[in-house]
Amino acid sequence: MLIEVTNLKKTYQLGDIEVPAVRGIDMSIEKNEYLAIMGPSGSGKSTLMNIIGCLDVPTEGSYILDSKDVSKLNDDELAEIRNRKIGFVFQTFNLLPRADALHNVELPLIYSGLPRAKRKEMAEAALDKVGLGDRMHHKPNELSGGERQRVAIARALVNNPAIILADEPTGNLDSNTGEEIMEIFEQIHAGGNTIILITHEEYIANHSNRVVRLLDGLIQSDENKQ
Amino acid sequence: MFDRFSLLGEYFVMAWMALKSHKMRSALTTLGILIGVTTIITIFTTIQGMNEYVIGELSNIGSSTVYVEKWPWVIRGDFWRYRNRKEVTYKEYEALAKYSKTADYISPAVWALRTVKYKNEVYERVPVLGTNEQYKDTDNVAPADGRFLTEMDVYRNHKVCVLGDEVAKNLFKDESPIGKRVKVGSDKYRVIGVNEKQGQVFGQSMDNYVLVPYGTFRRVMSGHRGMRISMTVSDVSKLEDMKDEIRGIMRKERKIRPEEEDDFAINQQDQLTQLYRDLTGTLFAIIFVIGGISLLVGGIGITNIMLVSVTERTKEIGIRKAIGARRRNILSQFIIESIAIASIGGIIGIILGYFGGSIVLSQMELNTGVSLSVIMVGFGFSSFVGVAAGFYPAWKAAKMNPIDSLHFE
Repeated sequence: MLIEVTNLKKTYQLGDIEVPAVRGIDMSIEKNEYLAIMGPSGSGKSTLMNIIGCLDVPTEGSYILDSKDVSKLNDDELAEIRNRKIGFVFQTFNLLPRADALHNVELPLIYSGLPRAKRKEMAEAALDKVGLGDRMHHKPNELSGGERQRVAIARALVNNPAIILADEPTGNLDSNTGEEIMEIFEQIHAGGNTIILITHEEYIANHSNRVVRLLDGLIQSDENKQ
Repeated sequence: MFDRFSLLGEYFVMAWMALKSHKMRSALTTLGILIGVTTIITIFTTIQGMNEYVIGELSNIGSSTVYVEKWPWVIRGDFWRYRNRKEVTYKEYEALAKYSKTADYISPAVWALRTVKYKNEVYERVPVLGTNEQYKDTDNVAPADGRFLTEMDVYRNHKVCVLGDEVAKNLFKDESPIGKRVKVGSDKYRVIGVNEKQGQVFGQSMDNYVLVPYGTFRRVMSGHRGMRISMTVSDVSKLEDMKDEIRGIMRKERKIRPEEEDDFAINQQDQLTQLYRDLTGTLFAIIFVIGGISLLVGGIGITNIMLVSVTERTKEIGIRKAIGARRRNILSQFIIESIAIASIGGIIGIILGYFGGSIVLSQMELNTGVSLSVIMVGFGFSSFVGVAAGFYPAWKAAKMNPIDSLHFE
């Protein structure tokens, strides 16, 4: 089992008021699953994504990632887990504007301390994989939306992480470009990676093999399509 | 497990990219440091150049020679205490020569300004010194041509003289002065030697003099003031013994009671060196204050810009954290960026300050040397300011929450 979440709760403190965002989720995800998490806004899907992505820790419950309990780690330990096990793809791409595509993709490898030559080789391979081998030295503002998202995917892939976590990856793209991006995810999945997709679009969720629907911080349904 | 040095290089690359994207802002921010470092390096270079010169010049005054005189060279405190002192006399010279066991050489010196003539050449206001044959050793002169005064010249009060290089050149041009007769004041003297050129000390020629035997001087010259007695010990370690001995002999000679202070001075080169060091020490303290203030102001400018930069780049920090940057990675990145801003100013400041110092020194006709310590001082100050100014903004960046900063617009 790659991910094992048990009785996961997250409560935010807004002044004197406690706001429960996730109210007790149990879920397990196996290696090479292609899973979509859906839900309307306020359903707790962003909170769940932050916890699964090790950007945040739960208030209660446990989260075992790759047989390690990561629910009680400190900032720097979480940073290391994110660096080695998680690849993020965001709706707004989140590339560094001043750096070219290659440098953006190299970034996770810089923080894992790989030597320059090795980094460059791996980043180039990742960019080739998403079809951007010829645009490595372009900066984000010189690339189209679809290309930017492909750079982001290459960055997520480059460290060969346990999970690719994509948060509304097509939200800022037109539908044709969105389809291209989804095809890339399918190839990645076919290559043996585990993908977790956060979306509220049915047609995007349809690309996945399993759909988990959240409502008010709880799992409403969990259907396997195979 | 993790290659710190390859990362250090990355931080500089990141800093360079960040500074390049805000050229004007970076340039203005570094200006404060540039001015501070330029000031410090200019004065530092100047003082170093002067040091080399002054210490070199002072070493011309032998370190193993002391001078018994009426007044100390450097008077500290109440000047009036020295007012009623007696002149040093020939009798005291005789006592010192007779009783001193440590001194290897001793010479008296009395002087007056006289006009020196040879044929049609007239040279006015030349210091004429009456001394003995040991003056050669106490005051470090050597004959370049002819010979120096001998014991016999002094004993017999011969009408002979030894010329300083400048006097010889002025009066004789290309002619050899040896054996010629020159008129010093109202009397004629036979030139027996010309001394080696000694050059200048603090712009004053050391070769403008005429030496005559002490007794000759006494018989024919008037208007001289006090005497200076030079005493030399070959073994420098015995210098203090010699000074004690001189003090004892002088006090006895002058019948100074034990509770009374000395009414003569035993002067020595290190008094001047010490005076010079005190003066430059004060100057150094002033530069450090002035330079320190401008660096402080420059540093505050850097802190300010770094705080702005950290806020502007909240999203970048979020991205970096999301893909695995630890706190220390973010901290180092911003501190190095701050060091980079400060160092650019520092490097330009070192170069400008070096040129500034060279210009000041060339006005004084002194040489400028490139010294590692100047570069180290410039680098040291600017890097220190970089770290100090960047620490708070960098720490603020390092402890940002990745989720909030990712959603910052």
